[in-house]
Amino acid sequence: MKKIKSVTELEVLRSKIASSRNPEDQCISICCGTGCRAYGADEVADEFIRVRNKLGLKDKLEIKKTGCHGFCERGPLVVIHPEEIFYQHITKDDAQEIIQKTVLEGEVISKFLYFDPKERKKIVSEYEIPFYKYQQRKVFKNNGVIDPTQINDYFAVGGYSALARVLSEMSPDEVIEEIKKSGLRGRGGAGFPTGIKWELLANQPNRSIKYLVCNGDEGDPGAYMDRSVLEGNPQSIFEGMLIGAYATGSNQGMIYVRTEYPLAIKHLTIALDQARKLGLLGKNILGTELSFDIRLIEGAGAFVCGEETAMIQSIEGNRSVPVTRPPFPVEKGINGSPTAINNVETWANIPIIIREGAENFAKIGTKKSKGTKIFSLVGKIKNTGLVEVPMGITLKEIVDVIGGGPSGRAKIKAVQTGGPSGGCIPVDKFDLTIDYESLTEAGSMMGSGGLIVMDEHTCMVDVVRFFLQFTSEESCGKCTPCRIGTRQMLAILNKIISGNGEAEDLVKLEELAYIVKSGSLCGLGQTAPNPVLTALRYFREEFETHVIDKRCPAAVCRDLVEYRVIPVKCTGCQRCVAVCPTGAITGPRAKPHNLDPEKCIKCRACYEICRFDAIAGDAIVIE
Amino acid sequence: MENIELILKEFNGCDTSNLIPILHAVQKELGYLSPESVDAIAKHLRISKSHIFGVASFYSQFKFHPSGRHIIKICLGTACHVRGAQIIAEEFERELGIKAGETTEDLEFSLETVNCLGACALGPVVVVDDKYHGQMNVGKTHALLEKLQGKTEQTES
Repeated sequence: MKKIKSVTELEVLRSKIASSRNPEDQCISICCGTGCRAYGADEVADEFIRVRNKLGLKDKLEIKKTGCHGFCERGPLVVIHPEEIFYQHITKDDAQEIIQKTVLEGEVISKFLYFDPKERKKIVSEYEIPFYKYQQRKVFKNNGVIDPTQINDYFAVGGYSALARVLSEMSPDEVIEEIKKSGLRGRGGAGFPTGIKWELLANQPNRSIKYLVCNGDEGDPGAYMDRSVLEGNPQSIFEGMLIGAYATGSNQGMIYVRTEYPLAIKHLTIALDQARKLGLLGKNILGTELSFDIRLIEGAGAFVCGEETAMIQSIEGNRSVPVTRPPFPVEKGINGSPTAINNVETWANIPIIIREGAENFAKIGTKKSKGTKIFSLVGKIKNTGLVEVPMGITLKEIVDVIGGGPSGRAKIKAVQTGGPSGGCIPVDKFDLTIDYESLTEAGSMMGSGGLIVMDEHTCMVDVVRFFLQFTSEESCGKCTPCRIGTRQMLAILNKIISGNGEAEDLVKLEELAYIVKSGSLCGLGQTAPNPVLTALRYFREEFETHVIDKRCPAAVCRDLVEYRVIPVKCTGCQRCVAVCPTGAITGPRAKPHNLDPEKCIKCRACYEICRFDAIAGDAIVIE
Repeated sequence: MENIELILKEFNGCDTSNLIPILHAVQKELGYLSPESVDAIAKHLRISKSHIFGVASFYSQFKFHPSGRHIIKICLGTACHVRGAQIIAEEFERELGIKAGETTEDLEFSLETVNCLGACALGPVVVVDDKYHGQMNVGKTHALLEKLQGKTEQTES
């Protein structure tokens, strides 16, 4: 690879790459995101390559290992271009058949297609599937098309054209103006306007070093969109950061990634190397005054690192304990130098804004929340995966239309947004539009974008307890209300789920929640009580059932539940007998089984495997 | 220890911001942070051992004891939790006779729980030696353990 020395050279290179690629050429793109890899997509892709080479199609048929396509539920996913034929649940044994029939003979193989349960028909094209059809993919647009380890793929989809435009046509102030005009707000959750942050950084006087940081410490359990962008389209982050560097006069960039994301680290390392070799990172980029390089920093497993001052501590090699603001990082950040920290998705939006114009970006969304947002739609929902939707869409549309409704027979009860800092929004509030303000008003928050769907088999007390367990473990320990308060709240919740709750516990819980909220320094403590408060606001009845009746309506809290076999429904199929880890269920084939409550450890395995609803998780009364 | 010296040579000794990358590199080499390696790091960066312990113990990724041959990570993120990850974790604990965070006496298995692996669509997720196993249930847990134990015996014989 030769260094690109000017904007014109970049344009020449890109048009050369574009003209060498015919959009009508056949290409198989195989999703190799972490989700599909877990289903074995890597082996599937290797098998496709093997079969292709065996058939002598090496030069005619391109096979791409791409980043996450989003529809993780159906993985491994295979899309055949140019027809955009979408095949799901592909194993390596299917490679031969697909290449032979679909690629060579043009036949669509029905058994691999997506079946739409609502319309009751099979769907051929990726874009016709409801899961994709109702999304508005901007940041994610190229994830399923490019190979993240090939920078040329990024050039082919217009990559680095935004940087070229900025360097040749715009002044730094104009770039900041453009970002401000677009109305882009931080996608990490808090929603601070990005343009204003940049302006503050640009206006720091007489500083030789300014840092730009990409916050990829995606700690919220249940959210993984940042990982998918980092894995699937790393160059778009670099381009965003380079534009930011030009606008703010920064010279050093950092990408902070969770160590739990090994594939993202691998792809970033490869992509950084390629960008450096082409001179897109380093000194005098494209022959201009701009000099900027990016360092990759691996996290070490502390949730609090997502908080910007804690992240700076971690980068400096300390315990990641947040510090008081002001001074804000834009004044005094890493090693005392001005630092602007933006989320992965925010950076990925920058090249889009420059390419398509701030006005076009601002057309999408609501008055105060512009653009699109990626959500991870997970939990008890049929179509799990990553969805990119315009701001202002309702929860109902996401859950029912894109998500396809509940995964099982149980009804959906609530959606949890914003991770451990957010709250549960009940089903009767599903008309709520998704934007920063309305979610905050509902007691939750945007957060990084996890949408965890819960159905009637999910116990709200248990969910709240889960989050408190999480925040109490992840509290850095600096502020007493957070360190001790979260623990005490957890203790009360444990008391409730074990059947020892008392009426005043709910009062104490609420009181503690407000103390922790107001007495903590950083976002972790300030928002840790949110799950408790929203649950008490919307699901108080469920708490009271636990406390007063000592019952768990969802049959989750173990001390309040006892399992038994319903003899009239049991067909004696022995599936539960096979799965019971303690041998509590016995009985001959074809006769109703017997469940010994003495041996039962309430692991729920039988309840989940029974096809005939013959196992009941009864709520019992503990005196 | 020679390997540790080689690792340390790659990092500038004057810059304490290298501490976490060094800890990562050392742990990758040894599997954990041995007392000797902590000594060497302290000398290299000219900082106290207590500072290193303070930082390393803050982050959940760093370990001070050797891990088992197979590392079983159970995801306890929200999405996995609502799909019953806790039950899977308890099943592993019961089958292996250890608690999460511990290692079996024969150093065959280490059991760890993690907050979120970002494979939420496949919940509950278990990762064994960096291989993902999605949509776990109690039955699959048994099969997986049997396979692992079988494999172990085979390689020994």
